[in-house]
Amino acid sequence: MTVPAPAATREALGPTLVRLRQEGEDIVVFDADLGKSTSARLFASEFPERFFTFGIAEQNMVSAAAGAATLGSAVFISTFSVFAEHAFDQLRMSVVQPKLNVKLVASHGGVSAGEDGASAQSVEDIAVMSSLVHCNVIVPADVVEAAAVVEVAAKTPGPFYIRTARPKTAVLYPDGTRFQLGKADLMRDGGDLTIIAYGLMVERALQAAKDLAAAGIDARVLNMATIRPLDVDALEAAARDTGAIVVAEEHLVHSGLGAMCAQTLATRNPVPMEFVGVENRYGESGTWSEVLEIVGLTSDAVVAAAKRAVARKA
Amino acid sequence: MVYEAKSGHPGGSLSATDILTVLYSKVLRHDPQRPDWPERDRFVMSKGHCTPVQYALLAELGYIPIEELDTFRRSGTRLQGHSVLGRPPGVENSAGSLGMGLSFGLGIALGARLRDLDSDVYVLMGDGEQNEGQVWEAVMAAAHHKTDRLVALIDRNGIQNDDFTKNVMVTEPLDEKYRAFGWEVRSDVDGHDPAAVEEALSWGRDVSGAPACIIFDTVKGKGVSFMENNPAFHGAPPSDEQFEQAMAELGDGEAS
Repeated sequence: MTVPAPAATREALGPTLVRLRQEGEDIVVFDADLGKSTSARLFASEFPERFFTFGIAEQNMVSAAAGAATLGSAVFISTFSVFAEHAFDQLRMSVVQPKLNVKLVASHGGVSAGEDGASAQSVEDIAVMSSLVHCNVIVPADVVEAAAVVEVAAKTPGPFYIRTARPKTAVLYPDGTRFQLGKADLMRDGGDLTIIAYGLMVERALQAAKDLAAAGIDARVLNMATIRPLDVDALEAAARDTGAIVVAEEHLVHSGLGAMCAQTLATRNPVPMEFVGVENRYGESGTWSEVLEIVGLTSDAVVAAAKRAVARKA
Repeated sequence: MVYEAKSGHPGGSLSATDILTVLYSKVLRHDPQRPDWPERDRFVMSKGHCTPVQYALLAELGYIPIEELDTFRRSGTRLQGHSVLGRPPGVENSAGSLGMGLSFGLGIALGARLRDLDSDVYVLMGDGEQNEGQVWEAVMAAAHHKTDRLVALIDRNGIQNDDFTKNVMVTEPLDEKYRAFGWEVRSDVDGHDPAAVEEALSWGRDVSGAPACIIFDTVKGKGVSFMENNPAFHGAPPSDEQFEQAMAELGDGEAS
């Protein structure tokens, strides 16, 4: 069996949109001059009449996408995640409050935008987008899941925020794997604690689970690709079955998935929790793997957090 | 309505009343019985605080019962203080943060063109609203995409929230700015002369090859002497006494 070459989740967007349109999906694509980087521009060469450029003007693009969505199409818009935050009010007012069928696919999410530097790395986008009422928020773990997420978004009415990433990372899922909106994916079962992760931290969580096994700790790993709506059942089961939880994410700790999980469990089944994420800081320039090291997003950090959580179990 | 609700924005509603009355009754192709008719023309209210005039027209046209107007801004109402898409049927967009409506209308125009719909899109903005940067993103993009079914209507009443527009932020010369971006422009149209309004709207509808902008000169608080050109009535309801006087001046004795 050959191991697939690493690929970036952002590379899934364009090819998937082309395939879905070929299959007859009513898709329109709006672009803000980053279509080559987000891969959305592939759609333009196949379906130029359904591809509209908006220039470097994200706010106009977002509100216009909402207007176009009133006619029934799924309107895909893409940019970088820091620039998606630039149009927050337009997302809220034009798209999300009226529940229009707009799918924002934001690449270069998180600190793994790497060389682009501190100002270009969104460490808060999940908090920003999760703050919106009834907006689906998803971060795929690899290129296969990213393609499946785009397909589900195209076929599910309503607003979506999908964060993709710049670097090529390991392919974790076999080709053709389906994505279930709102369902955590059990990547590895275990009884001593649960590691919850999304995006490129899933690979690090799996590595941590291996290392923990060698130390006699049996970790469950959940890929929580859907951050909103949160899979409360999987979360409760993890607390009940394993009694300790680590949340690992490429995002600010104080406002990310970990905070949401802790809030949910606080009223249902509080268990020892530990958090691996970006601690109240911005990133900085460097290769993406260097930056992950600098801000502490490593499998070793997950292992250490897991050991702390297990030690706190009664 | 604003009096009953004890809050709201009477000034900018009154300045736009004649424009919207002509638009809804003479120009807009719509059907109150079928608010979701796909081939309808769309009216996008970008100055989303001026819902009173739109709700009043929707009631007059039969979208909603006249009595429902008394529920404006009250708990349980469909008539939200600022525009919310679909509440009631006939409201095409959500608005309240200014500057988004032209973008929204542009998106409708592009989507309608893709579907070969015979639909025009009219967007009403304020002159103060022209302060918003997003307006100019949309102005640039509409010219780029040559959305000639898109018609921008500017209610130039010269007053915004805090003061006269010229004191807060100079927006003029608006006509030259729109022309420079590639729009067809009709300026200095008397927004309180029904014949002039109708003629301008028909012109805007028929422009081809570029989007059209009509700049209406209007009077904020039109028809009520103490509100006219008075910045105090941008976002404040009249008192009991002022309400009686206003209704008398507007030629409607019914205190509704």
